[in-house]
Amino acid sequence: MSNARAVGGRRHSRNRLARREALTFYLLISPWLVGLLLFVLGPIVASLGFSFTRWDMLTPPVPAGLRNYVRMVDDRLFWQSLSVTVRYTLMYVPSELVGGLLLALLMNQVSAKGIRAIRTIYFMPSVLSGVAFVVVWMWLFHPEAGLINATLARVGISGPRWLVDPNTALTALWIMSLWGLGRTAVIYLAGLRGIPKELYEAAAMDGAGTWHSFRSVTLPMLTPAIFFNLVLSIISTFQSFTSAFVATNGGPLDSTLFYVLYLYRKAFQEFQMGYASALAWVLFLIILVLTLLVVRSGQWWVYYEGEER
Amino acid sequence: MQGGSRVRRWLILALLWGVALLFLIPFLWMLSSSLKPNYQIFEVPPRWIPNPPRWENYVEALTILPFPLYIRNTAIITLLTIAGHLLSCTVIAYAFARLRAPGRDFLFVVMLATMMLPYPVTMVPLYVLFNRLGWINTFLPLVVPAYLGIPFYIFLMRQFFLTIPRDFEDAARIDGANTLQIIGRIMLPMAMPALATVTIFTFQATWNDFLAPLIYLQRPELYTVTLGLQFFRSTYTTNWAYLMAASLVTTLPVIVVFFAAQRYFIEGITLTGVKG
Repeated sequence: MSNARAVGGRRHSRNRLARREALTFYLLISPWLVGLLLFVLGPIVASLGFSFTRWDMLTPPVPAGLRNYVRMVDDRLFWQSLSVTVRYTLMYVPSELVGGLLLALLMNQVSAKGIRAIRTIYFMPSVLSGVAFVVVWMWLFHPEAGLINATLARVGISGPRWLVDPNTALTALWIMSLWGLGRTAVIYLAGLRGIPKELYEAAAMDGAGTWHSFRSVTLPMLTPAIFFNLVLSIISTFQSFTSAFVATNGGPLDSTLFYVLYLYRKAFQEFQMGYASALAWVLFLIILVLTLLVVRSGQWWVYYEGEER
Repeated sequence: MQGGSRVRRWLILALLWGVALLFLIPFLWMLSSSLKPNYQIFEVPPRWIPNPPRWENYVEALTILPFPLYIRNTAIITLLTIAGHLLSCTVIAYAFARLRAPGRDFLFVVMLATMMLPYPVTMVPLYVLFNRLGWINTFLPLVVPAYLGIPFYIFLMRQFFLTIPRDFEDAARIDGANTLQIIGRIMLPMAMPALATVTIFTFQATWNDFLAPLIYLQRPELYTVTLGLQFFRSTYTTNWAYLMAASLVTTLPVIVVFFAAQRYFIEGITLTGVKG
């Protein structure tokens, strides 16, 4: 009897402790919960609401039904900005993936000590300000006196007019972005260093050559890092803004009109808040679908150690 | 065999240094151009060593526009943001790492999901909200959110806290310490590397931020260095020597911090990038 009461009392106090712990948890994370409601969930819902209105921020919003979404179908600049963004993503994401991986594989051939200075140099551009980074490249791309064309002229090649030619402007922005490749390479390098040596020894004992051990050890072990970077890279490339805003302002002839740049114009230069919100939601859905496709594809090619196959 | 592998190693090193040179050239070109008198800027073929170096470019570029003011504004925003991240993210991360509560794992997944949210989706409503509050043309829209926790840094701190053994906390708890005391006296001293990473990442991201200041700061006396540089570029398009000098000065703090603390940069980026 007294024994049962003691057990019940202990359970009771354990419940109280658990409740207190839960209370402390919610107290401590309360700033984040407030931020989540105020700065994330609230705006997401509001954005969807705005997208069904016509609103210039001076007069009250006017309900517009689906008109903003219908308007996109005939909006030439919407399609142009989508096409520019997709082309840029198709150029940047694979080159970042392959280039970063190649650099990392090369760095992995050299001891950690010998690579330290090189690693620093590779990483450095990616900590630079977006604006200063772009300004320096604008000068490198200068059609006459820029370093690139001046060097090409030396070997008798007359270089393209880069940022001022609608046929090459997007390519120039792509070349510019490759300067940030070192960041990806450093991430892959850490992944490579984490692969257990025993796996390579086992592969060598099975008579595997360099290529074979790359195919059967390195690549599978690296797929989680590749997967993670691929997802982040697609999401962030779709949101490119600064390079085009600073270097070309979307031109010449809208050849570098990134989607977010077009959205920015509609929202903060033309104050079409309803249309801008609709554009934002379309971008959201595109990114969501792409991310889900990549994540779904992951089950076919991403290898997680310790997982049954 | 031995000789062959040595040759291979040297070839790889040479290739790596060749690429490193390509990565360095824009920096050297920026430095070289910033010291050229105007008549040497457009010389073809370009010269690498300005002769004589024109140091006045720096003085002139930085006084045409009030760059000291821009640097001061950026420093204020950056310091307030760092303080916010350190205060909020450590406490929130501790809760996620150590305390048990119903709904915790669900909220953690929600937090990770918000990291993937494209910012254009919230850009317009946030502007509307801050406009209602009368916060446009103040630093508040840039600084206040930092005090409510940033998912990426919460995630980073949580991962770090998970590696610290519980024994220390248990001992402190028996001695009657409360949760805030445990975070402040036990966890934080052991989490210095993670705090350094959060500080440096925040410094770099805030110092370089462009889109948010562009949207919220429209008065020139509130400009940050990135806005100042962009404004400079659009007004003095052809004065490349000045532009290079201004670019270099405004990014110098980041470059210095990067060299002083590159270990934290690289460890932080690999911690979150490899483990996913």
